[in-house]
Amino acid sequence: MSGLKVDLCGLKLKNPLILASGILGVTKSSLKNVAQNGAGAVTIKSVSREPRKGHKTPIIQVDGDVMINAVGYSNPGLSESRKEFTGLGEVGVPVIASILGTDAEEFAYMAGNFLPGDFSAVELPLSCPHTPGYGMLAGQGTPEATYEITAAVKKSTKLPVIVKLSPSIQALGEVAKAAEKAGADAINMGNTVGPGMFIDARAKKPVLDFKFGGLSGPAIKAISVRCVYDVYKAVRIPVIGTGGVTTGIDAIEMIMAGASAVGVGSAVHYRDMDVFRKIADEMSVFMKSEGYPSVNEMVGLAHE
Amino acid sequence: MNERPVMMKIEKAVDEAKDTKTFWFSGRVGAKPGQFVMLWLPGSGQKPFGISYQERGSFALTIRRVGGFTKELFKLGTGDRVGIQGPYGKPFSMKGDNVVLIGGGYGTAPLALLADEMARKGKNVHMITGAAGKEFLLYQKRFEKSKVKTTYATDDGSFGHKGFCTECLVDSVKSGNIDYVYCCGPEKMMVKVFEICNKKEIPGEFSLERYMKCGFGVCGSCTLDPTGWRVCKDGPVFTLEQLKKVDEFGKYKRDGSGKKGKL
Ligand SMILES: Cc1cc2nc3c(=O)[nH]c(=O)nc-3n(C[C@H](O)[C@H](O)[C@H](O)COP(=O)(O)OP(=O)(O)OC[C@H]3O[C@@H](n4cnc5c(N)ncnc54)[C@H](O)[C@@H]3O)c2cc1C
Ligand SMILES: Cc1cc2nc3c(=O)[nH]c(=O)nc-3n(C[C@H](O)[C@H](O)[C@H](O)COP(=O)(O)O)c2cc1C
Repeated sequence: MSGLKVDLCGLKLKNPLILASGILGVTKSSLKNVAQNGAGAVTIKSVSREPRKGHKTPIIQVDGDVMINAVGYSNPGLSESRKEFTGLGEVGVPVIASILGTDAEEFAYMAGNFLPGDFSAVELPLSCPHTPGYGMLAGQGTPEATYEITAAVKKSTKLPVIVKLSPSIQALGEVAKAAEKAGADAINMGNTVGPGMFIDARAKKPVLDFKFGGLSGPAIKAISVRCVYDVYKAVRIPVIGTGGVTTGIDAIEMIMAGASAVGVGSAVHYRDMDVFRKIADEMSVFMKSEGYPSVNEMVGLAHE
Repeated sequence: MNERPVMMKIEKAVDEAKDTKTFWFSGRVGAKPGQFVMLWLPGSGQKPFGISYQERGSFALTIRRVGGFTKELFKLGTGDRVGIQGPYGKPFSMKGDNVVLIGGGYGTAPLALLADEMARKGKNVHMITGAAGKEFLLYQKRFEKSKVKTTYATDDGSFGHKGFCTECLVDSVKSGNIDYVYCCGPEKMMVKVFEICNKKEIPGEFSLERYMKCGFGVCGSCTLDPTGWRVCKDGPVFTLEQLKKVDEFGKYKRDGSGKKGKL
């Protein structure tokens, strides 16, 4: 349905659903599979300068509506990833790069050496709650660090820059404003919640080998919707609403909170690969019955 | 299905072959042949293993000691607890009436459960199993007691046919009445089985191994080129027709960081 089309800082999407980083996007083939299952855009799993093995397994666990993960940014590093993610036209939808750095300088290096390739945009996850050296554990979620890193990346690439924030940040509005001031083209709100912990009573141990990890899945939706609502009020740049979206109605709620596009990750587990097509179809049905001609008309409606 | 690991006591750990043990658990996992569980050893990791036995009230995993994780596991015995999560994955279809099951090394493990179930359903099952030498052959006594026809092959000729088990498959399909082939083992061997079946136009299914982390289709570690299929969720069992689309089959696989490497 053409009413699902959105324009996200210059990216033309056939629908507002974007594969969230770290779910499946390890290979180009995997991204293509997700695109064929209905996603409007896809994000690669975050790439660091050097190869990373990531945390020891178990790295992902599920308990009903909560998923917890401490994958630890496993990836084959900058040079292998450049080989992997070439010829991205094959994927069929815009591909967003996700790059990592331990500081502004490394982020700029990654932007300069990994991009542009065939990527349509780049995302900076300043918000991972469970990987030492990166994101929240490296203080990248403050207004100052966000400004510095975003500005450094903006200087190194012409691609639209998306800054991904953590729902655990207290002064969300200020961090979002810092990103906007530094030239960010969009905010992805947001990363996993927490961190949290699962303990196995019989093993008498945390189940994740890293002990704690970020929470995702349907249970976090209320938090991400509130965060999107706050960020929408704070900035003028578009917001991608991510966290807990599993159904078409979830996506509409996110959009009404202020999201111009919607990230979908854990729902791949809850409703399998074709979750993108399912969500898109459910959105169309809702929009038709409620008389909304386009996604744009619904953005931020909950604020009126 | 256990969404989270369930700590289960090892009933007994039995020597099955050289460097290979079968770990028995009492309880049910409700697996179909070809499915696997994620076995959690707190502190050592969590890894995939196929189900090799399933009887009333108990099941077992047959495991070869190869590296750090399996070495830790081999230190455990009766009464020690490990976490069992799953079962996961797409099982064998159980199609065919005159079937050949061909397994190499511990690849025979999931096929033995398939042999049990298909024989119980009254199908003609011919099990071809290969190993480096006699000391690595699995389940001779188990198959003797069943209605399953067996052929053994060893690389060194210490038992059965001297050479690759795929040579026995060539003989077997010559008879002409084989209507389905099931295969699990080292990928080089599976490629040969694939070629034999493809040439003779015999349908078949193959159980693949790729580096798995989550086991339920989220992390993306075990995805195949160029289809993007997840071995843990869309497999591990793939049909011959599906494998025709998997360019990396027989060529390469990725490690835990996603880097391509040798099989
Ligand atoms: C669906 C499936 C079913 C399996 N069933 C059995 C079985 O019934 N019996 C059995 O003995 N083995 C089985 N394996 C293989 C078993 O998972 C590996 O032997 C084990 O993980 C090795 O761990 P390690 O630390 O001892 O060895 P390592 O030294 O870490 O590795 C040795 C080899 O195992 C592979 N491997 C290591 N970790 C993994 C992983 N997480 N996922 C996949 N491969 C890995 C490596 O690529 C390497 O080739 C199965 C694998 C898969 C994918
Ligand atoms: C297994 C897993 C791995 C993830 N890896 C990354 C990552 O590498 N980079 C990143 O920015 N976010 C990562 N995330 C966070 C997701 O992109 C997303 O922000 C979060 O899961 C909330 O959305 P969801 O509820 O739709 O999953 C990961 C999440 C999960 C569940």
